[in-house]
Amino acid sequence: MLTDVPDLQCRSISKSFDDFKAVKDVSFSVPQGTFFSILGPSGCGKTTLLRMIAGFQKPTSGDLLIKGKSVIDVPPNKRPVSMVFQHLALFPMMNIGANVGFGLRQRGVNRSDIEKQVTRVLERVGLAGVAERPISSLSGGQKQRVAIARCMVLEPDVLLLDEPLGALDLKLREHMKIELKQLQSEFNTTFVYITHDQSEALVMSEQIAVMNNGVFEQTGTAKELYYEPQTAFVAGFVGEANRFAATIKNRADSGLQMTTAQGQVLHGTDAVGGLAVGDMVNVFVRPEAVRLSRNAEGVSGLSNAGQGKVENVLFNGANSQLILRDQQSGAEMSVALPQTGEFRDLSRGDLIHFGWEHLQTRVYAATGDPHGH
Amino acid sequence: MATDRSKLAFWLLLAPCLIWLVTLIILPHVGMFLVSLREKVGVREYETSFANYAVFLNEPLYWNTFARTAYMSIAATILTLLIGFPISYYIAKLTRGRTKTTSFLMCLIPFWVSELVRTFGWMILLRETGVFSNFLQYLGLVNGPIEMLYNDAAIMTGLVYTSMLFMVVPLVTTLDSLDDSLIEAGYDLGASGFAILREIVIPHAMPGIVSGCIVVFMLSLGNYLTPILLGGKDSLWFTGLIYSQFITRFNWELGSAFGFLLLGLSSLIVFVGLKLTGQSLGKTMAQS
Repeated sequence: MLTDVPDLQCRSISKSFDDFKAVKDVSFSVPQGTFFSILGPSGCGKTTLLRMIAGFQKPTSGDLLIKGKSVIDVPPNKRPVSMVFQHLALFPMMNIGANVGFGLRQRGVNRSDIEKQVTRVLERVGLAGVAERPISSLSGGQKQRVAIARCMVLEPDVLLLDEPLGALDLKLREHMKIELKQLQSEFNTTFVYITHDQSEALVMSEQIAVMNNGVFEQTGTAKELYYEPQTAFVAGFVGEANRFAATIKNRADSGLQMTTAQGQVLHGTDAVGGLAVGDMVNVFVRPEAVRLSRNAEGVSGLSNAGQGKVENVLFNGANSQLILRDQQSGAEMSVALPQTGEFRDLSRGDLIHFGWEHLQTRVYAATGDPHGH
Repeated sequence: MATDRSKLAFWLLLAPCLIWLVTLIILPHVGMFLVSLREKVGVREYETSFANYAVFLNEPLYWNTFARTAYMSIAATILTLLIGFPISYYIAKLTRGRTKTTSFLMCLIPFWVSELVRTFGWMILLRETGVFSNFLQYLGLVNGPIEMLYNDAAIMTGLVYTSMLFMVVPLVTTLDSLDDSLIEAGYDLGASGFAILREIVIPHAMPGIVSGCIVVFMLSLGNYLTPILLGGKDSLWFTGLIYSQFITRFNWELGSAFGFLLLGLSSLIVFVGLKLTGQSLGKTMAQS
C-alpha cells in the first residue's frame, strides 16, 4: 500500500524558549517505512524537535502533518505517534504484559483481544512467554524490545526514538543497532530516531538529517553525508576529519590551491561552489583518505604530499590512528593506520611519507567556528 | 578482634535507641498492662482480673466513644489524604527550584507555633463572636451570631489542619521519585489524565500514601488537645476518657485498660489498612 503522502511532514517548524531559539524553521518529510535519523551534538535542538512531533511541546510556528493531516492541535494522547523514551520509561508497577497492553487498555480494547495482541507482539520482538514477569527481570536489551513492543502494539504511523541506546554498554549497543534496524523493516513502520552517535545513525538509517544550532545542515543518505558533506559542520561532525584553516591562492579547473598560516600548500576541491581567490576557508581531509608510504615515490603522484614524524600511535584495533607532525609546516594530522600489517612496526619518532588526493580534500568557506564544539 | 570492635560499636550506637524504647515505651506499657489487670476490691486490696475491660464492654458510652474516635480518625485521615495529595503533587511535580522550596516551607510554617496556639487560632476564627461569624453578619448572609465551634466539623477541621504536614512530607518524597517520563509515556500511549493518575501515579505513590495515612491516623486517634478545645465537652474523644480516668477520677486501673484498648484499636486498624492496600509495614517505612 504505497502512497505518495509522506508519513511525517514538518513545515518550517520553529520553537523558541524566551529569547533562545531551539529549533529554527526546520522543514522535512519522511516517506512511509523510512528509518529517518536526526543526528546532532547535544543541545542542537533535536530533542525539542522530537518532543514537538510527539506533542509534548507546541511549536512557536510552523505546521506538522502526519499522513497528510495536521496534528498541531492534537494532544499527545490522541496523536498517531508513539515514542520510545531515552530511559525507556517502562512502568515498574506493572508486569511486562500490562506494560505492553497499556495503550490498548486506554483504547478500551476488550481483555481477550489485548491478551492476543500482546502475545503476538512479544513474539515478534522475540520475547514470547514473558508477559507475567516483572520489568525488573529483564536485561537492558530485552527492556529495549519491550519498550518497542509497547509502542508497536498500537500500530502507530510514526515511531519516535529518543536515543534509546544511550544507556546500554558498547557491545549491546552494537547488537541493538542491527536488531533495531531489523525490527523496523519487519514492522515496516516509519522510525524517527534521534542520536548524537554518528555510527548509530550511519548504520541504521535510510535518511539522516544532521542538525546543528536548531537547523538542519544537510539531509541525505549515510553515504552522501560521509562522501559529500555540504557544509563544514557536516564534514567535521560525520566521520573523522583533519581540519586546516587556509586562504585560497589560486583557482583552476582542476581545483583550488591554498596556503595555511604556517605556509603549508594544500590542493583541494570546492565542496559547495562559489569560492574565490583570497577567501578564508576550512579544509577537511579524512584520516582514512591519507595514504602512507615508506619512501617519497609512494606518494609522489598525489596532489598533497609531505613527510611526517610519528607523534603517537593510537592503537584501537581496526580503528587505529597515527598522529603525524608535518616536518615542513609543523601541522598535526591524524591518519588511519592501514590494517594490512605493512605499518605495524611504526612507533613514536619514526619518519613516514604521506599524501592524499585533492578530490578527497573538501574546502568550505570559513564562517566563524563551523564546528560549534 | 576487628569483629569484636565492630560489635561493640554496633551496640553502642544502638544503645540510645534501646534505652529509649525500653525505659519510655516498653516498661511503662508493661506497668500499665499490669495495672489494667488489677481490680480494686477494697481499700488497698486488689485482685487480678479482667474486670476493668468488662466495665468498658458493659458501658455503651465508652463503647460509642471508642467507635466514634475510630471512625472520626479514619475520616480525618481520608480527608487529609484527599486534600494533601493534590498539594503534594503540585509541590513535587509542577513546581521547580525556589517555588518548590517556598511552597514546602509554607506547609511547615504553621508548625513553628505550638499546637495549643494553633488551636486557639481556630477558636478565634470559629467562635460565636469570631472572625467568620462577624464576617457573615457583615455580609448580611446571617441575622445573628452563629456558633461554629463545638461540633464534629470543627473537630475535623482541626484534625486535618494539624496533620496535613505529616501527609504532605511522605507524599512529596514519593512523588518526587516518580520519573516524569513515566507520566509522559502514559500520555503518549493514549492515556487520559485520570488513567495516568490511577494506573501510574497512585501505584507509585502507594508507599507514601500508606505511611502518611498511618502517621495521620495515629496522630488523630491519640490527639487530645484539638478534639477537647474545638469539640468542647461533647467531643467524646477516647483520649479525653483516658485523661479523666487518670486525672479526675484517680481510677488508674480503668484508665490503663482504656489505654490498652486504644493501642489495640490503632494496631488493628493499621493492620487492616495495610492488608487492604497490599502493602507491608517494612516496605512502607523504608521508602519514606
